[in-house]
Amino acid sequence: MDIFSSLAEQLINGLRTGSIYALIALGYTMVYGIAKMINFAHGDIIMVGAYLLFLLGVGKLGLPTPVVILLAIILCAVLGMLIEKIAYKPLRNAPPLAVLITAIGVSYFLQNFVLISMGATPIPFASMIKVPSLTLGTITVSGITLATLVVTFVCMAGLIFFVQRTKTGAAMRAVSEDRGAAELMGINVNKTISLTFAIGSGLAAVAGLLFISQYESLQPTLGALPGIKAFVAAVLGGIGSIPGAIAGGIILGIIESLTKAYISTQLSDAISFSVLVLVLLIRPAGIMGKMKNEKV
Amino acid sequence: MPILEVTGLGISFGGLRAVDDLNMTIEKGSLVGLIGPNGAGKTTVFNMLTGVYRPTDGGIRLDGENLIGKKPDEISAAGIARTFQNIRLFSKMTVLDNVKVGLHNHIKYPLFGSLFHAGSYAKKEKEMDEKALEILKVFDLDSNSDLKAANLPYGKQRKLEIARALATAPKLLLLDEPAAGMNPNETAELMETIQLVREKFGVTILLIEHDMKLVSGICEYIYVLNFGRELAQGTPKEVLNNQEVITAYLGE
Repeated sequence: MDIFSSLAEQLINGLRTGSIYALIALGYTMVYGIAKMINFAHGDIIMVGAYLLFLLGVGKLGLPTPVVILLAIILCAVLGMLIEKIAYKPLRNAPPLAVLITAIGVSYFLQNFVLISMGATPIPFASMIKVPSLTLGTITVSGITLATLVVTFVCMAGLIFFVQRTKTGAAMRAVSEDRGAAELMGINVNKTISLTFAIGSGLAAVAGLLFISQYESLQPTLGALPGIKAFVAAVLGGIGSIPGAIAGGIILGIIESLTKAYISTQLSDAISFSVLVLVLLIRPAGIMGKMKNEKV
Repeated sequence: MPILEVTGLGISFGGLRAVDDLNMTIEKGSLVGLIGPNGAGKTTVFNMLTGVYRPTDGGIRLDGENLIGKKPDEISAAGIARTFQNIRLFSKMTVLDNVKVGLHNHIKYPLFGSLFHAGSYAKKEKEMDEKALEILKVFDLDSNSDLKAANLPYGKQRKLEIARALATAPKLLLLDEPAAGMNPNETAELMETIQLVREKFGVTILLIEHDMKLVSGICEYIYVLNFGRELAQGTPKEVLNNQEVITAYLGE
């Protein structure tokens, strides 16, 4: 294989991983933008989503695939709303550190709940996505990659449309800028925050589907690494910014895939995290984040 | 018939009595001023009227409806809208979107309607755009509708805040120092705008102001607050000639 098609394949791989990161990063960034908190349990929603796909489908209930996927998304959205209501809402006016620690607590709770109920042994779970691969000249793109790219593109376009073009999206942007003023304009802040968690968690379920189709094995800790990588992606792009999360995810995915292919598989995580450190040193607000000028 | 009745309103922050035993009766369609030296508790009164602070005692009734214990968004729905002393626009959003946020509760379509009934969604959003532009036109802001709110000149930002508040279709509009930071020309223009708003939107207005010229020029009735208590009330003429008011403002 010549160097160009090898490079092209690595870029496509990077795009695939990156778009999954981006999908997860959207959840982090939206919740941060509106509730001003980092939901560290977000990665574990991916894991719950993956287990739900298994249990609703081949693992237990044997429902047809489209129903399984739809149900898993809805259940994750409800789970996200419940977590917000039970764990985060009582802390709405608490110091950020208390909320952060609670989020880590929720993450441990979800992991251990699944550990107790499903066991620690990895469960093999064959991909639910069956799409034929595509060959373009010397480059072959796998079916899962195609599906991942199409699905993430549709989700992102849908989300951007929703946030920019609907009144509920406008309400979300308003709450994100000034919660107090939005409330005084008649916007129900609790409902808006709830909806944000629902959307973020629904997207996490989609990410879970795409992620598990690649790895084909279920474990209670499977959400941890993509969760933390997506968090890095969100910070890289500028946390709070939707285009930033998308760009951050894709950049991180491509860096990772190129390092794995051309530098070292073992060093790939170290290199991606170093990129984060570098970006934060040069542009602390992230690639698309707003630089704040401190008033003196 | 009074639109707003405030009886024995008071609030304490720890040991500080910020507002004490305030009584106000505001008639429908009137333009009333709330004045007083710095720290008199004027903005605190606004914060209680809009549900930002919960009063320690007293009652607030809007059009006969009890407002005590309601959340800001519920009070907005009940019919009180406000502007802020330090402008609080959604500065990253466009001028049009700012007003559309105010319209949020007045034009409804189901959330998932935007996914399944594209036609009805588009119709409703268009209806909102038109309504928002109509309001912006009153303030001569319709030609700036695509601009980010942060990029508007200061005077226009003040106007946009009033436009956004009016979009919530209030019965009572609270203006917190609308002329703050304005030059005499802008203030004069603002006075016209406030009067226009009252006629055009048929709304009752209560405004906090430092600018005596503005207050006496347009208000029909004035309440004076000092150290959280009512110092005087009456027509502008009565109040401005009141010895206690003069002392409170200028010192002995």
